[in-house]
Amino acid sequence: MRPAYTHGVYTVSISRGIMNRMPPDPANAIFVARGLTKIYRMGEVAVHALRGIDLILNRGELVVLLGPSGSGKSTLLNILGGLDAPSGGEVRYLDHMLTGASEAELTRFRREHVGFVFQFYNLIPSLTARENVAAVTEISKSPMRPEDALALVGLGSRLDHFPAQLSGGEQQRVAIARAVAKNPAVLLCDEPTGALDSATGVVVLEVLEKVNRELGTLTVLITHNAGIADMADRVIRLSDGRIAEIHANTAKKRASELSW
Amino acid sequence: MKALDRKLLRDLWHLRGQVLAIAAVIMGGVATMVMSLSTYDSLTTTRDRFYGEYRFAEVFVSLKRAPEPVAERLAALPGVERLETRVRAGVKLEVAGFTDPITGLLLSLPDQGEPLLNALHLRRGRMVQPWSTDEVVLSDTFADAHRFQPGDTLAAIINGKRKQLTVVGVAVSPEYVYQIAPGAMFPDFKRYGVLWMGRNALAAAYDMEGAFNQVSLTLARGAHEQDVIDRVDAVLGAYGGTGAYGRKTQFSNRFLSEELKQLQTTATVFPAIFLGVAAFLLNVVLSRLIALQRDQIAILKAFGYSYAAIGAHYVKLVLLMAVLGVVAGVALGAWFGQGLSNVYMETTFRFPYLDYRLDAGVILIALGISAFAAVSGTLFSVARAVRLPPAEGMRPEMPETYRATLVERIGLQRWFSAPTRMILRHIERRPLKSFLTVLGIACACGLMMVGNYQKGAIDFMVDVQFRQAAREDLALAFIEPTSGRALHELAALPGVDFVEGFRDVPAILRFRHYQHRAALFGIQPEGRLHRSLDSSLQPVAVPPGGVVLTDHLADKILHVKPGDMLTVEVLEGRRPVLQVPVLGITKQFLGVSAYMQQESLNALMREGSTVSGAYLAVQPGSEAELYAKLHERPRVLGMVANKAAIQSFYATIGEFILFYNLVATLLAGAIGFGVVYNSARIALSERGRELASLRVLGFTQGEIAYILLGELALLTLAAIPVGFVVGVGLVGILVVAFQNELYRLPLLLTPENYAMGAAVVIVSALLSALLLWFRLGRLDLVAVLKTRE
Repeated sequence: MRPAYTHGVYTVSISRGIMNRMPPDPANAIFVARGLTKIYRMGEVAVHALRGIDLILNRGELVVLLGPSGSGKSTLLNILGGLDAPSGGEVRYLDHMLTGASEAELTRFRREHVGFVFQFYNLIPSLTARENVAAVTEISKSPMRPEDALALVGLGSRLDHFPAQLSGGEQQRVAIARAVAKNPAVLLCDEPTGALDSATGVVVLEVLEKVNRELGTLTVLITHNAGIADMADRVIRLSDGRIAEIHANTAKKRASELSW
Repeated sequence: MKALDRKLLRDLWHLRGQVLAIAAVIMGGVATMVMSLSTYDSLTTTRDRFYGEYRFAEVFVSLKRAPEPVAERLAALPGVERLETRVRAGVKLEVAGFTDPITGLLLSLPDQGEPLLNALHLRRGRMVQPWSTDEVVLSDTFADAHRFQPGDTLAAIINGKRKQLTVVGVAVSPEYVYQIAPGAMFPDFKRYGVLWMGRNALAAAYDMEGAFNQVSLTLARGAHEQDVIDRVDAVLGAYGGTGAYGRKTQFSNRFLSEELKQLQTTATVFPAIFLGVAAFLLNVVLSRLIALQRDQIAILKAFGYSYAAIGAHYVKLVLLMAVLGVVAGVALGAWFGQGLSNVYMETTFRFPYLDYRLDAGVILIALGISAFAAVSGTLFSVARAVRLPPAEGMRPEMPETYRATLVERIGLQRWFSAPTRMILRHIERRPLKSFLTVLGIACACGLMMVGNYQKGAIDFMVDVQFRQAAREDLALAFIEPTSGRALHELAALPGVDFVEGFRDVPAILRFRHYQHRAALFGIQPEGRLHRSLDSSLQPVAVPPGGVVLTDHLADKILHVKPGDMLTVEVLEGRRPVLQVPVLGITKQFLGVSAYMQQESLNALMREGSTVSGAYLAVQPGSEAELYAKLHERPRVLGMVANKAAIQSFYATIGEFILFYNLVATLLAGAIGFGVVYNSARIALSERGRELASLRVLGFTQGEIAYILLGELALLTLAAIPVGFVVGVGLVGILVVAFQNELYRLPLLLTPENYAMGAAVVIVSALLSALLLWFRLGRLDLVAVLKTRE
């Protein structure tokens, strides 16, 4: 057991045992979304990306957002991550209202509380693995050492490699290390294995699982790959901008057991 | 319209900011070229037409006095086509309400019929009536400066006799397109004028009845100018001829030619810089565009478009940018050209009309050179894009390879944050591109320095000339060489502090096959007023027994060194031919001179202490009284007051300096902004994804701006010292290209020049940074999560 999540307001220790049993509980909620809608204007066509989402995401959960393309999962993730604003409804992060926050407030929110993992890694090519992580830790309040974050994802020996010298899976693990190094409350991963073959994808998922387990970071993972859903605490299935089904995994699989 | 052409137009629209910036640079080059060449063409055409229509003579000679029948002998010389004799007289003028000394040149007009040569173009009024005794036509510069109208009067002291004159007309002459008093450094329209009056009246006033003292002639077809000059000199030697000379030596024409030569230099040097920079920018922009469109190129090739069709597509894109620049450049250049031509017409050259010409040839040259610069700058990128196999093109590009920079490898990396390292590595990764960017920005700085260079240079030349070398307040010339005792009389005049005599003797200086018409100038060895300067501009005594030559005269015209023996053909008195040693070199920016000690010159001329004029130091406040006293003295022919000359000079060139400063600022600004903005936009397009990712990770707009603009700032700052070097180099080119016997520019840049050069770079960079800041605010953060490049 270790103090895992350090936040400006309070510090909590969470054991894995508690987490597994944890139901959707408003007292433990990190994100509370009510009646979220999002309408994009694409020229003369209005695209309803979200049509009313009510959702609570709790501390320490590993949640998989599942759905076909166009189901609204990325839009939801972007709104949760403070990259996009809903057209209607509201989102609350702990006691902060994200809806209606200014650009500067959203930037600070992302900087202090959110770790992002992208489908295409989005590493800075001119920085080494260590420096990619350092780029984020340099602007964080109480980060890990970049070396520790890279050790956590199993890249302790490739600290001084540039992205061009790393494989796709390794690049994605650097991206995860970069996302978690600031000790975020939430890790948002958009198709993290989308650009990887399945063997490499499993290695990346094992790292995400480890981070979720050891640091207790709420991890939200977008995929259209149903095979990945088995490693989640909860699976939220989106369809046509609505939540079609929320399913709590009773028998959660280890990432290493997955294949697709 | 074909689909590919539609894509072309959309790409252009998409790149509009960069297209405009590149077009602005091309515009700058084309505008300077069109301005210079069209002004050159206009002035040349105007000059040729004016010279032709008004029968500008080809050979000129002044003499002491020859009886009219000698003219027939001259006219009969082989090679002479048309010949006209005149009476010319140096006079002092009196204009009511103007106390400064005015010198004038009075030239005769035939009493019957039009002048055969050097005809006048009447601006206002009429020509003098045949056989009139007091009517004059004034040169328009002088008339305008004093607002003379036909019917006004002025007085002239001709040969010591005061004569009242009535202005009947105002005219311009091909002989005096550029007007300057003999011995003066600058034109002074208020204090020097050319006047024409009837031959009979002038001859009567000047004791030249039945005689002449000036001859103009044109050459028969096929005649060799030097042969004719030699024949004329052989005839007129006995009549005090001072040596015939051709148009090339005729002062007004010579000055005009020098000015036209400068325009040609301007038309070559500056467009070359602009178009070089434009070629570089096009290369950078296009290689980036092609990198972004490699998948599109691959698809087009997969569809079966030929290499040539795809290559032509990008060449067309570049040519459209060039054409945009050329069209704008021609328009701006024509506008500048008309402006410059008008400035010339108002301040320097007097033509009766100006044929402003914008030759189709000039436009074609501009188009051709710009297209060549544009296409050659982009050919490599286009070729590389076309060669790419389609399958490879559709795969995304590999992540770019970076490495730690030199400064980091030597152990300084711990001082740099991750964003700073990004800046350094990005610069170091493409050293050639970074270097060319620096060079491009540096060119803007250099151009700005050149544009502002003139003012400081002129200040310096004026300072050297009037505070170091010619420190007299007043220079006056006697009607004839006079005994040195005359100086005592001058010294006794009220308000005169100090008097220094000089002796000048017209002569032809020869060394081997080089020759130059000049005056041997006898000055005081350790003069207080008029001094010779050494190479470091310190006054140095002229040694006895030989000549000291202006550096330009010695090095570039006569090719002599100290120790060489110069042959001097004196054109006065007994006209001896002398051997005189060159003893030294003197530094001089304005004109060329051959100095001797006055005593040595008197000895060579086998005369006693003789002076042809005097330099005076005058007590401030006593000028008017002194001028009046000198004016009354019949033996004083003319006076030049330095202070007034300088002031009028500044008034004249002020307009030029303003014009050039405006042009330089506009053009240097265009190039500076073009390079900085394009570099920044390219950097943004290359790194937009990276920066947006960082924004998603929680970097503020300010923090990512640091990464992007930090690179820009570093390159800009590096460019400033390089720009100073470029500026000095460009000024060096000007100094070398523009040196002539009338003046040499000093290689001198003031702190202001450097400041202006740096300022144009900094302002361009700040403006680009501001535009980029707004773009950074509009980065699409959502897109980077999903797209791969």
